[in-house]
Amino acid sequence: MAQAEATLPSVRYVSQRRRLWRTFTQNRAALVGLAMVAIIVFVAVAAPLLAPHDPLEQSVVNRLTPPSEGYPLGRDDYGRDILSRIIYGARAALLVGIVSVAFGGLLGTAMGTVAGFRGGRVETTIMRVVDVMLAFPDLITGLLVAAVLGGGMTNLILAIGLTIAPRFARVAHGPTLSLKNKDFVEAARALGARDGRLLLVHIVPNVAGELLVLASLWTASAIRLEASLSFIGLGVQPPTPSWGQMIRDGTIHLTDVPLFSLAPGIALLLTVLAFNLLGDGLRDALDPKAQA
Amino acid sequence: MAVYALKRILLAVPTLLAVLTLIFIIVRVVPGDPATAALGDYASKEAVEALRQRMGLDKPLYVQYVDFLSGLLRGDLGRSLISSQPVIDQIRFALPHTIELAVAAILIGLVLGIPVGIITAVRRNTMVDYVGRVLSLAGLSFPAFYLGILLLYFFSVRWRLFPTLGAGNFSDPLANLHHLALPAISLGLIETAYIGRMTRSVMINVLGDDYVRTARAKGLSNRVVLLRHAFRAALIPIVSLVGIFAISLIGSSVLTEIVFSRPGLGRLMVGAIRQRDYTTVQSIMVIYACFIVFINLITDLVYGLVDPRVRYE
Repeated sequence: MAQAEATLPSVRYVSQRRRLWRTFTQNRAALVGLAMVAIIVFVAVAAPLLAPHDPLEQSVVNRLTPPSEGYPLGRDDYGRDILSRIIYGARAALLVGIVSVAFGGLLGTAMGTVAGFRGGRVETTIMRVVDVMLAFPDLITGLLVAAVLGGGMTNLILAIGLTIAPRFARVAHGPTLSLKNKDFVEAARALGARDGRLLLVHIVPNVAGELLVLASLWTASAIRLEASLSFIGLGVQPPTPSWGQMIRDGTIHLTDVPLFSLAPGIALLLTVLAFNLLGDGLRDALDPKAQA
Repeated sequence: MAVYALKRILLAVPTLLAVLTLIFIIVRVVPGDPATAALGDYASKEAVEALRQRMGLDKPLYVQYVDFLSGLLRGDLGRSLISSQPVIDQIRFALPHTIELAVAAILIGLVLGIPVGIITAVRRNTMVDYVGRVLSLAGLSFPAFYLGILLLYFFSVRWRLFPTLGAGNFSDPLANLHHLALPAISLGLIETAYIGRMTRSVMINVLGDDYVRTARAKGLSNRVVLLRHAFRAALIPIVSLVGIFAISLIGSSVLTEIVFSRPGLGRLMVGAIRQRDYTTVQSIMVIYACFIVFINLITDLVYGLVDPRVRYE
């Protein structure tokens, strides 16, 4: 090892992580995405400091007023400040987006890796279910599961998580099949490692990169799904501010207070775009071949 | 080709059966049971029992399953829990509107998306490519229903160019097209983003291949090289991905129908979900499932047409 280094003095060792970071930071779109995500997270966390008004404070006499002093985007059908509700809406969007992807991602990864690792009947059963679930578009699955579970934040997270899980299972399954026969896994097994350890320590970390990209892209989709289901009325329940719900309530008043519906849509669009940019950048950094 | 087609059709049957089974299971794991859910918590025991009998929920599960499948074979989707009308009648009314919307959106996506993909691939890393990529990523991030609302606001509310509600009558093609325009454009533009982005990356791969260089070396015109050599090869992955996009389009059409108050399967389903009309929900899911299996089948068949190799596998 030392000898090899001596004969090749010009080669400097660059750690994998360092190289990834370098490719990632060279991608301007990815950096923009990262910055946007950071800003949105900040807005969600600091909502009480940033929002000019209480998002739940009603004022019946001032309902559906156009933008005015102190209310830059106007007031909604209960006289609540639209800007403050959009700022607080970031909380629902991020909470549902991130928690449902974490839940669905963990469940799906477990399904995919266990199926690939165990093989046999376990694999056939799990992957058959995954295939059938993947046949449906995410919105239809989400709609059906949300309908079965009922509305509300927790059920919404469950519904979106269950919709996302098979997508992670599919991606985690393939590499597991080839990884489980690799020498380093055999070596660990020979040293007495149990199945659980083999999966968690030797297999999952090797699939982690792809799953991270998937997580970022699916956070974008989960936020879109949250808004879509809330738009239908199966998502976040009033009075908790949610962009999808605001867009729906505002649609009826498109003629008199268009910003009621259009402004939360812009927040939604930018948030989804931010996670898509981030995911794209991560993918390019992790797989230079895919870089177009 | 005939053997390949027959094989594909036969393979679709077990898939369809699996999907139908899953729908059957999901609708039956409703907490409590569908009858109580439909009638509400305050319904009398007798009323719930009567409804359970009417829905066949008092029978053993396997009998229900066989009834469900044999009903489907006879084209009987059961009756709505709310209106007691056969569900098939409602679906027969809604389905053409959804198909019309989906077909129009896919056509818009293909007609705009493929040229955009080819141009941005050929002009890689130029201003055209850059603008195209930014727009397509924005398109991917646009929730279809929000794009619909934006179009509705500008074209219907402000400029009054298009109607805001409903769908035209099929007997009046012009009015029908007028009603279809905005919903179809809102879904079609998003399709354009997906198809354009995918066409670009596939074309970039193909353009780097040896036979493209050979074709150029032979002195063929740029046009022939692009369309006959590169695009023909790129079509193979494009076909399978367009199938996937068509399926996800069915999902986004649900919200578009609601935004534009258009009759259609999606609006029917959301209405049924709100009223807890589980027979209708189940039936619409069945129709969606048939749709999806059908689109996959068509994708496989077209795949066989563009890539002769798969027919012999």
